[in-house]
Amino acid sequence: MSQALNPAALMDNADTHSGVSNAKLGVWLFLASEIMLFATLFTSYIVLRMGSTSWPWGWDVLNVPLATLNTVILITSSVTIVMAYAKAYDKDKSGFQRWMAATILLSFGFLVVKAFEYGAEFKLGIGPHTSIFYAIYFTMTGLHGIHILGGIALNGGLLYMSSVDEHWKNPLFLGRVEGAGLYWHFVDIVWIFLFPALYLL
Amino acid sequence: MSQDPHGHAHHPELTFWEKYVFSVDHKVIGLQYLITSFFFLLIGFGLMMLMRWQLAFPGRAIPLIGHMFSADLAPNGVMSGEFYNALGAMHGTIMVFLGIVPLGVGAYGNYVLPLQIGAPDMAFPRMNMMSYWLYLPGGILMLSSFLMPGGAAQSGWTSYPPLSIINPGQTMWLLSMVVLITSSLLGAINFLVTTINMRAPGMSLWRMPVFCWAQFVTAVLLLLAFPPLEAASILQLMDRVFHTSFYMPKDLVILGQAYAGSGGGQPLLWQHLFWFLAHPEVYVLVLPPMGIVAEIIANNTRKPLHGYKTLVLSMVAIGVMSFMVWAHHMFISGMSASLGNFFLVTTMIISVPSVAILTCLIFSLKGGSIRYNVPMLFALAFLPLFGIGGLTGLPLGLTVTDIYLHDTYYVIGHFHFVVVTGSIIALLGGVYHWFPKWYGRKMNDRLGYIHFWGTTISMCAIFMPMLFMGMAGAQRRLYDPTAQLHNLPVQSWNIVSTYAAYALALFQLPFIYNFFHSMWFGEKTVENPWKATTLEWACPSPPPHGNFEKTPKVHRGPYEYSVVGRKTDYWMQTDAS
Repeated sequence: MSQALNPAALMDNADTHSGVSNAKLGVWLFLASEIMLFATLFTSYIVLRMGSTSWPWGWDVLNVPLATLNTVILITSSVTIVMAYAKAYDKDKSGFQRWMAATILLSFGFLVVKAFEYGAEFKLGIGPHTSIFYAIYFTMTGLHGIHILGGIALNGGLLYMSSVDEHWKNPLFLGRVEGAGLYWHFVDIVWIFLFPALYLL
Repeated sequence: MSQDPHGHAHHPELTFWEKYVFSVDHKVIGLQYLITSFFFLLIGFGLMMLMRWQLAFPGRAIPLIGHMFSADLAPNGVMSGEFYNALGAMHGTIMVFLGIVPLGVGAYGNYVLPLQIGAPDMAFPRMNMMSYWLYLPGGILMLSSFLMPGGAAQSGWTSYPPLSIINPGQTMWLLSMVVLITSSLLGAINFLVTTINMRAPGMSLWRMPVFCWAQFVTAVLLLLAFPPLEAASILQLMDRVFHTSFYMPKDLVILGQAYAGSGGGQPLLWQHLFWFLAHPEVYVLVLPPMGIVAEIIANNTRKPLHGYKTLVLSMVAIGVMSFMVWAHHMFISGMSASLGNFFLVTTMIISVPSVAILTCLIFSLKGGSIRYNVPMLFALAFLPLFGIGGLTGLPLGLTVTDIYLHDTYYVIGHFHFVVVTGSIIALLGGVYHWFPKWYGRKMNDRLGYIHFWGTTISMCAIFMPMLFMGMAGAQRRLYDPTAQLHNLPVQSWNIVSTYAAYALALFQLPFIYNFFHSMWFGEKTVENPWKATTLEWACPSPPPHGNFEKTPKVHRGPYEYSVVGRKTDYWMQTDAS
């Protein structure tokens, strides 16, 4: 290690004992805890489903085409956030802003589609209290939705920061974009598991 | 922040608020945690003293303060059953989640860990501040549930459904748990990144003091074990607020009425998820104290710890194994015998590294010229008393004996021997050990001896009777122990236990006085009053913001005491030669 030990200096500097900057290591550890959070919910899903005498098939009770659309939207947004990172790496401000805006729009799109799904279910009087299936469905998709909102806030913050030239001079900025990207991919991956578990299987 | 070539931030004059309240300095945050968690420990202890009155003298009005409670809590000064249950639930919750964990991790970890690895601060100073400022409101939220209609949570610190779903007060408990868990997670990430990335040059992993290793393993446990409880709490919150039935079975009848929810859930799911957190949590409660004891013992025997690597590897082994033993808390839940056998075996396996740690610490005493100062007395008391706690756990890990003992006072006795005469004794010793570093002054020895002997003896007198009562079959969680005829022969032990608890309270007074008096008027001390080797003693007492004048360089392992051929009997990690 060549540079001084300083929280501010090591934030974005990968010249550490682990070879990863503090910020990136922190994001990965945070994601580890998030994995445990969702893994617990998936475990509960399995346990509750195994213990149930009957379990509805997603095709019968949920809107699979809309959820498929949402899957496509989220995967696309994962591509756009990588593009945003690539543009940020090249210090291409307008390019970054375009791809980041696209990511945020797609995330809103996901939430709108989800709102239509929820709306249709609420109209039929279906809620988390209806059955154990709907309980786990609303809880897991709801928690995932909150994570999407968190991602929108994060990405929106970065989009706002990118309009200030000062931030482009700070090496931390690129690290933040990368961290947001890691988080967004995680949210995406959770959905990749949620979609088959709730809708298809 | 501007930086000089050494990477040290120059700090402008800080206002009172920046310096003492919303500080980003790990040392100030550590002391904030210290004071706050001791305050919560006192509150939790106070709740327990109320319960102890009811247990010793059921049906008699609580003296002095009984009439100050409202009529639904304590009609005519006599504690009601609901109030007793709320006190029990809150005592456990406060002691574990607001007292010992924040004390062992938030206070000691925050203050000592960065110093011992030679870092100027934690990796994320602002996040560190946020951890504390989530912990405090979370704690206040938890306490304020006593003021809510229906009172505080009444379902024990374990919050087993279906009871926890239908009892009042539980929603506040769950909300504050989510806040506290978030605080804990932020802290755990911070500790891990700090330990991995912020070590001074030369501070390889195998040169880290045992205390740092203990904090490191603890942080891993917190990071991976708390999210499952968070998820489980979310499910329970859904059950209470949105009337789902995650934990509610079909056709449940409550007080003659069918439960209105859809049913189809599983009460046992909560138990699994809860203990998946709460068993690693037990090690979160004991690992930092073990680290403290190791530091004190090495320093006061003036010789290297016996089996440093064994100690560290045992701690890592405990960390890994602690995720595989959770269901030994659930032997009587009706699990299949083969599943019970699996958890029986893993439980017996995890006791091996625990015994290894204790053995190493005891062997460390052999041949040492021991300094019997106050912190050392606490560390020495830890060894046999924690040993009792550990050994009384074995019959609970064996399915056959557990079926008899599980719902008795034996479990309470065992658990408290581990956590009170183990963890708290070590955490108190740590105060005496590091106080000179914190405030640049020493605590008074005479008051320390009074505190030590009074505390240790009264603690044993509280918990030893519980083991006897438990073996006689006295059930735990009973509001009125005399309701069961077979408890009557051992009821006098309850009275012993209660008076011992009040004695314990009295013996904390010299400590509290000593702490605050020494803070301002204690005997002034030097950088390294204990002649210790580790890095926290290589900077001024108290260390300034940024800790070390220049980044320290580490040349050797942490416990180079009494090295042959040297003039002094200690060789600091920073000494070049």
